[in-house]
Order: sequence, then structure tokens, then C-alpha cells
Amino acid sequence: MNHPQLNAKGELTHLLSIEGLPKAILTRILDTADSFVSVGEREVKKVPLLRGKSVFNLFFENSTRTRTTFEIAAKRLSADVINLNINASSASKGESLLDTVANLEAMQADMFVVRHASSGAPYLIAQHVAPHVHVVNAGDGRHAHPTQGLLDMYTIRHFKKDFTQLRVAIVGDILHSRVARSDIHALTTLGVPEVRVVGPRTLLPAHIEDMGVKVCYTMEEGLRDVDVVIMLRLQNERMKGALLPSAQEFYKNYGLTPEKLARAKPDAIVMHPGPMNRGVEIESSVADGKQAVILPQVTFGIAVRMAVMAILASADAGGAA
Amino acid sequence: MSVTLSHPSIAILGGRVLDPQHGTERVQDIYIADTRIVGIGVKPDGFIAAHTIQAKGLTVAPGIVDLCARLREPGFEYKATLETEMAAAAAGGVTTLVCPPDTDPVLDEPGLVNMLRQRAKASRGPRVLPMGALTVGLKGHEITEMAVLTDAGCVAFSQADRQVEDTQVLYRAMQYAATFGYTVVLRCEDHHLTKDGVAHEGEIAARLGLPAVPPLAEVIALQRALSVARATGVKLHVARISTAQSVALLRAAKADGIKVTCDVAVHHLHMTDMDIGYFDARARVVPPFRGSADKAALRAGLVDGTIDAICSDHAPVDEDEKQLPFSEAEPGVTALELMLPLTLKWAEEHKLPLAQAWARISTGPAHVLGMGMGQLAVGAKADLVVFDADAWWKVDAGALRSLGHNTPFLGLEVKGRARHTIVDGEVTFAV
Repeated sequence: MNHPQLNAKGELTHLLSIEGLPKAILTRILDTADSFVSVGEREVKKVPLLRGKSVFNLFFENSTRTRTTFEIAAKRLSADVINLNINASSASKGESLLDTVANLEAMQADMFVVRHASSGAPYLIAQHVAPHVHVVNAGDGRHAHPTQGLLDMYTIRHFKKDFTQLRVAIVGDILHSRVARSDIHALTTLGVPEVRVVGPRTLLPAHIEDMGVKVCYTMEEGLRDVDVVIMLRLQNERMKGALLPSAQEFYKNYGLTPEKLARAKPDAIVMHPGPMNRGVEIESSVADGKQAVILPQVTFGIAVRMAVMAILASADAGGAA
Repeated sequence: MSVTLSHPSIAILGGRVLDPQHGTERVQDIYIADTRIVGIGVKPDGFIAAHTIQAKGLTVAPGIVDLCARLREPGFEYKATLETEMAAAAAGGVTTLVCPPDTDPVLDEPGLVNMLRQRAKASRGPRVLPMGALTVGLKGHEITEMAVLTDAGCVAFSQADRQVEDTQVLYRAMQYAATFGYTVVLRCEDHHLTKDGVAHEGEIAARLGLPAVPPLAEVIALQRALSVARATGVKLHVARISTAQSVALLRAAKADGIKVTCDVAVHHLHMTDMDIGYFDARARVVPPFRGSADKAALRAGLVDGTIDAICSDHAPVDEDEKQLPFSEAEPGVTALELMLPLTLKWAEEHKLPLAQAWARISTGPAHVLGMGMGQLAVGAKADLVVFDADAWWKVDAGALRSLGHNTPFLGLEVKGRARHTIVDGEVTFAV
């Protein structure tokens, strides 16, 4: 079977998932992002790496924040950026996903940044685009959100330096979380010896332990001596369908409070992919506290997305392996 | 070359003949006149063959009886037509096929059943036996006119892929069917547990972030069906089981004297959730491909007879409906033409004598229907397939007669292909 993300030379040609990527590629993305962080601090925040290229943000599911960070990243690389909110246009007219993509490709697209509610949708697109066109997964269903995973790794490396000595806890709605899955793959690939997932059984997918994580059902157990706490967003709709009784009860058991955080190492960092629900998964005093690195995550996210797009654009156009 | 003569006398000479009823095989000649086998090994006095099939090096067996194939008529002709799927069945060595009632409109009244049978008769291919709907519109509220539907030609009553949620309706439907000795066919699945699930609840679904179908969904519904079957004494046939636990439950139920039979879809003998790969929609099937332990249990259950039959679960799907993200793609596999090679593959991998394995696609399913097909005897209906058990062929769009090319075996090489198919003494396929 062809590798869905690498070309015959082993270069990254699409970024669809962290799973299956070698450590060297992850490290290269993080190293490249290092050099782009300073671009954002300059007076002229642009480099010409993607000049003349067209990046299409294809969002089949709404997300102002992620779309904006991709837009900024592409613009800082001097690309032309076209934003398409497909919910409101083609899909509602019955056009198929592949027809939409074929039409946009005919407009000389060089890169598609795709968000879709169905797991695997970016794979389908990547299989059908021309060899010179690159696809970046900006979140597909419950499956993956690889740039979020990479920016989380960038953040952890920035504050903790060495992955091989860390304990990391991911807390909350693991079942529905593409961020959790991407973080788990990235952390295990980069050599983190202990990754824990913490939540009630209703929010943990069956067989999650096969992904190389330790399953904890309480914060007391899950946060003990960890270096990094990654809180996940809890969607309001999870209160329906008997997954949880109430947001209040979730907060009681799994909401990150200073008391619960005290179980972690004193220098532990607190992360959140945003947008946060204060008082549901995290208390304001923690979200705004000195251990929180939630805003640096956003800043790093732009540099990481620049790095991903620059690396993809530099791949040989020979197509997937 | 295709043969167009209708009902000439046929001699099949020098083939290795399988007798699935007795699990034996022998090189023998077979003589057919009108619609029946008139001689095995011994040429009847005065027999003159209008047509001779040289079967040296080939295998001759009772034709395949398939308990579940969707012809997509009436209502879904854009996916496939009766003619194309009948031709696919004939090319696959299928001589009898049972179609589920989830057409549009649903097969819940005799006019529709008659129309379907007329359409099938007009088109050369297998004998088509419709299953009637167990409840009106398959809605699970009112029972159908089962006696009238039986007169129209229905051989059993089924809910297709839908469930009877109300246990009292299920109880009464089974009581009523039991009164007249009708067989009730259920695919067991608790829809509340399945919801939007598309993949087996296991490591693959966890990794790929695909909504999961727990084995519990099948097991709970099966336990309920077995309990109602025990209480009513109905003949229950459980369609397309997928889990190891189901095999164990059915083994115990049979030992316990419950009148139950069951089948498995042929692709479930070879595929697991691993075959989803990178969201390959061709592996999107209902019930989902499960884990390797489930696959092993299904294969073993088939060997020891807990599972009575292998069915094709044929479901041709339009290419557009598969070129979608995994969860949105329509489930289903085209399989009529793969029944034969995939059954041979299972038999070979289990070192099972072919005549014994063949029972699972001939006498086994015929027994489920309470019908006499699949027998190799003088006087029996001449439903036969002559096939080359050693012929390798590549599964690709050009090699399939079905309008559906939706199979996870696409691009793979399989072994075993029909050369001649005979239904009621008439050649329906020949190459």
C-alpha cells in the first residue's frame, strides 16, 4: 500500500496524521518552527517561501480560530489564501466532496487545508489530488488534528526540553477528541515514557490502552507527579446521550482546580487546545495561572503551521510513494 | 461462447464430482434430462446428449445456494439491475438465491413478490426466492400476511437490516410464524448500541477515531432473539453473525434444543477491522469486519457445523456512494462472484475436504430453507456448477459482471472460477 503522507523519497507530501510519521520528520517540523517564531516578532512578518502559491482553507466544519491561524501562517509565507466555508455553499447544494475538490484544483490550488466532520476525509482528498498538490489535515472527525499535536509538542519542548523524561496526562473527553489522538501519537513517537489518559469510562474509547497509554479514572491518580497536563474541551452536547450527567458533576471529578493540580509536579505546565470552557474543564485561576501555557500555544501554533506548509511545499512533486 | 439452447439433455463427462450431503468426491459422469439429474456414473438407457460438457480436470458440484443477495429491484436500479446481478450470480456458480425484503417498496405484499418473481423468471440466472417482510414496511409494528406471502412464493420472513424494537411485536410475529411453520430470519443488532457506529469496537476504531459498533450490540440482540425463539418454538435463522460470542451462544442454543440455524457472510471469513487500512470505504460493511479472534471463531464455527451456511451478503453499491469519507460511505460488498473462490480459500486454509466444505454453500443453506436443493442424486433437480478449482483470476472491474465493484478484494488474486452453471437443467452460464 502506498504511504498516504510520504513520497518515494520519504519526504512529507501531505500532513494527514501524526501516526506513521517517523520521529525525524516530527523533529524537523519542530526545528523549522523554531526559525519561524522569530518571523512573528519582526516588524515585517513575512518570508517569501510560498510566494505565488495558492492555499485553500477548506472548512467543511466551522472553526474561526484554527482557520485564522492557518490563514496567518500562509500569509506570513507570502501565499495567496482563499477561505472557503463549504457548509454554507457547495455541500448544501449536494455537490460531492471530491467534486468540490476537483473544482478548486482546477483553479490552480497548490495546497488544501481541510477540516471535516468525518474521520478520514482528508485521506480521500489526498488520494485524489494531483501529485504537486499538498493536503494538510486541520481536523477530521475524531481522528486527527496533527498541527495541533505538533504545536503541543513544540510547546512542551519549549518548556520542558527533553521528551524522554516526562509524564504527560491528557484529561477529559478522549473519545471524541482528535487532539488527544494526535497528541498520543506525537508523544509516544518523540519518546515520552508515560502518557496517561484521564476520564470517565464513557469518554474513553474502548481499547485506547492499545495506543500505548495508561488509563486513569481519577484525577488523583492521573495527575500524580506529571510534568504536563493537557486539558481537552468538553462539548456541551456530551450532556445528551447519557455520556455524562451534568457539566457540574464533570467539573467536580475532572475539572482542573488548583487542588487537583497540586498533585502534579510543582513546575508542571497546563495546556489546552482552546476554546476553553472555564468552570467546566478548567478553573479560571488555573487557566490564568502561572503554570498555564495556553496563550504561548496559540503563538507557537502559527510558527508550527508555517513550518508544516514550508516543508510540504519543498517536497518533490513526484507524488506519494 | 454462450449456450442459448433451453433444456437440452446434457452430459457432464469426466469431472471430479462433489457430494456435499455425504462429504465424498469421485470422478464420475453426470447425465441431465429436462430439469433433473437422470444418471450419475451410469448413463441411462437410450440417453442421447444434445450437449456435452468435457469436465476433465474440473470439479462438478451442486450449485451454490445463497441466503442473502440484494438484486436492488425494485427501487434501487441505479445501483444495479436484476439482469446484471442475475448474470453475476450465474457467473459465480449460484443456482438459488434468496433476496431480503428491504427493497423499495418493501416486500410486504403479494403483488410485489409476484412481480419480482416474474421479473426474475424472465431473466436467465438463478432461481430467485424472495423473503417476505416480517412486519409491515419493516417498521416493526404490525405483522404481515405471512400465509398470503407464502402462497406468493416467499420462503421465509425477515426484517432485513432493521430491528423489531417492541419485544411484544417480535414475540407475536414469532408465535404467528411458528403456528404455520414459517422460518423467521433476523440479523441481530441492537440499534441503540450501534447508533452511528461504522467500525468494530477495537484498537482500529480507537486509532482512526471511527464511531464504534460494540460486539455487545449483536450479542444482546441475539440473546433476545434466542429467548423469544425458545419461548415460541419458531424456526429461527440468524443472519450474518460477526462475533466470537455469537458463535458460542449459538453453539449452546443448538445443544439446548432451540430450533436455530445461522449463517456468516463470506467476506467475514477473510477480513478484519485491520483491512480498513487508511479509511478504505470498500471495507465498510454491516456488520463491521471484526477482530482476528472473531474471524477465527467464525471459521471454526463453520467447520464444526455451528454455522450452517455461508452467504454472499451481496450488496452492489454505486461508485459515488463509496467515494466518500468512511463514515459517510454506503456499506456493502459485491460478492456473488466471490462466493466460490472465497469458500475454497477458507476450506483450503482449514485443510477441509472440499466436498465437506461445499455443504456450507449448498446443502447447509438448503436445509435452512427446509428445501431439497444441494443434493447430488438421481431424480434431484439439475442445479449444478462446473468449476475450475485451480484457476487463478484477478478481481477487478473488468472481471466482474455485477454493476457493483465495491469489494475489499479488488486488485487481489483469488483461485476458483465457474465454467458452467446449470439451473433446472438449463445452462445459465458458460465460458
